[in-house]
Amino acid sequence: MATQASFIGQKNKKGQVYTDPWHIMNEAPRTPSFFTGSEVIKEAVRRASCDIMVAYPITPQSEAAALCGELFAEGYIGDYFRGESEFAVMSQCAGAAFGGARVFTTTAGPGTMRAMENFPMWAGARLPIQMIVTCRGINSPLSIQPDTLEISYLMQTGMLVWHAETAQDFYDWILKGYMVSEEPDVHLPLALCCDGFFVTHTKDMVDLTPVDMCLPPYDPYRSPVPCMDMECPPVRMMRDPFVMKSNYISYATHASWQQEVWAAVERSRKHTIRWMDGLIDTENTDADVIVVASGTAVSQSREAIAILEEEGIHVGLVKVKTLRPWPGEEIKEATKHAKHIIVPEFNVTGWLAREVSSTVPNNERVHAGPRVCGGMTMPPEIIAAEIKTVLGVKAPSLAGRGG
Amino acid sequence: MSKERIKIAEELFDIMPAEYQDLVKRATYGNEQRGWKDIGNAKELIEEHSLCAGCPESMAFRYILASLPNPEDTVMVGSTGCTSLVFPHVAVHNIHSLFGNQNAIASGLKRALTVRFPDRHKDVVVLAGDGATVDIGLDMTLQAWFRQEKFTTICFDNELYANTGGQESGLMQKGFVAKMAPVGKTFEKVRLPEIARESGCHYIVNCTVSKPNLIEKVIKNAIYIAREIGPTYLQLYTPCILEIGKNSMEGLQEMRDSEKPTERFAYREYVSEPAKELLAEMAAKEKERKAEAKRQLASQTVTV
Repeated sequence: MATQASFIGQKNKKGQVYTDPWHIMNEAPRTPSFFTGSEVIKEAVRRASCDIMVAYPITPQSEAAALCGELFAEGYIGDYFRGESEFAVMSQCAGAAFGGARVFTTTAGPGTMRAMENFPMWAGARLPIQMIVTCRGINSPLSIQPDTLEISYLMQTGMLVWHAETAQDFYDWILKGYMVSEEPDVHLPLALCCDGFFVTHTKDMVDLTPVDMCLPPYDPYRSPVPCMDMECPPVRMMRDPFVMKSNYISYATHASWQQEVWAAVERSRKHTIRWMDGLIDTENTDADVIVVASGTAVSQSREAIAILEEEGIHVGLVKVKTLRPWPGEEIKEATKHAKHIIVPEFNVTGWLAREVSSTVPNNERVHAGPRVCGGMTMPPEIIAAEIKTVLGVKAPSLAGRGG
Repeated sequence: MSKERIKIAEELFDIMPAEYQDLVKRATYGNEQRGWKDIGNAKELIEEHSLCAGCPESMAFRYILASLPNPEDTVMVGSTGCTSLVFPHVAVHNIHSLFGNQNAIASGLKRALTVRFPDRHKDVVVLAGDGATVDIGLDMTLQAWFRQEKFTTICFDNELYANTGGQESGLMQKGFVAKMAPVGKTFEKVRLPEIARESGCHYIVNCTVSKPNLIEKVIKNAIYIAREIGPTYLQLYTPCILEIGKNSMEGLQEMRDSEKPTERFAYREYVSEPAKELLAEMAAKEKERKAEAKRQLASQTVTV
């Protein structure tokens, strides 16, 4: 069986050249393009040498999923179809990945929740599926608006979970995501999340890699578990099915495999650091106040920091890029001089603040907020106001009654 | 293939488990004429299993695995239940992932194998219980058929949830008293064979597993038709002797009683028009093969 390296320099049926991914991402010329987030997903997938994509309509990912269908019609994806529900779609993705395909799918909000049973199964079966999650509300009454609550559920599944801030992140991370998740010592699914609408439905300048270069195809024989294609010996996998046994060996087997999945999440660090230049980005970490945020909250925090800077208040920033693996040491180091750690979020429970609180010493420094949810935007002013309150600086009321 | 893919390096042969050595020496991979008569003569693709003594499901497993026309390129998909206790012992690749999603898994798998091996037949066979097929997984069972996915779905119909201890299922008979049906099941056995026909299956058989030659025939038909035309469905009665109060040696008789002409597992089949044409072509080829073998035998006799 040919290795990935042996494909480099060859052309696929669309005339794209299988190219060293490091060259594509870091050396090849980039073309600035003005695209929506959904179009950016399509352009990344065009270059990702995907075998199978399974689609299902749910706002706000429907457009991206449909655009990938156009890619299939053009011949850039091996097969593409609409499944019947997110639960079925994620199982169809699993079937394709068990069969040795590079698989791509997208979902959002209630779809993520409906499909949830699949995700620990994906991780346990070591299927390096990539799933775009364009986060939206999962509450009742029905909402289609941005809200990141679903990410907190994904964080316990054994999947890699990354949180993109911008369309540019999205573009680069889709391609880099396959490189990390397909490493033999990782081989885990990736949930690549963004805040719905804010990223998917707004236009932004994105630097695209050359359209005639694509990733080398997925090599299923670099997997740590056998590919289910009958190309390797079909030996009896175990003497007794573990589900049958209520004994120590059975428990130990399940326990060690769960530990192995989480160890694989940890092993993804070194690859992620190499490809993404670290699990976090930082600015001005010598400031007394540091904002720690992920996704769109990072963009809003940048604006808030600029507002405060004009008033002479210096605030640092930690952009959390990966939630799994969790950049605990990095955040600890970046916030070690901070007297106050502000964690603005687009969800009601404040899951990021909880994670940060469980990471840093003296966690009374962590201020869990401001938070918005249910589709509300987060004006930079409320982040600035939160910071001023923390610092004891008088701030004008933003939403006073009858003011 | 033959046994190319399972061959052991000569130097390491003696340290491999005896069972594996046996698989290399005596299994029937690559033999197009393999069938139920190999049982007892050749290495089976299943040997031990962890089902109850006398469970008709174990017979069904033996007949099906002996009848796969192309085990060296067949991947099976199971679901949670008694069958999932057997699959780890089976010498073809098989997938267990969740409960009820087997036809969704098979849809993705078959498409992946078609993309990756466009010039080869890679057969996908789903084998799951009636809870998985008809209750929790009905949506995905039917949708795969609507989409005309090219694989075979086999339902082991034991008319209840056996592995969890005998609860009511959709394929249970009306009036049967079971766990979760404390006053008897209040609605009719779901008519999945008829639903399968309306959903686009090209070959449907409803029967018991009392006759191995019959199982061999329907398995081969179902797989060949799925490979060339579209979805096929087999509903096989594999009674749970434990839950219907029978003894280990009574499974076969239970099946025989249930396949009488007026009973619910009397042999019924549906074959679509394109599938009929394919079966006729296959029968003609088989006839020709036998005639050719006969001619060769005759010419050899002459030369001797």
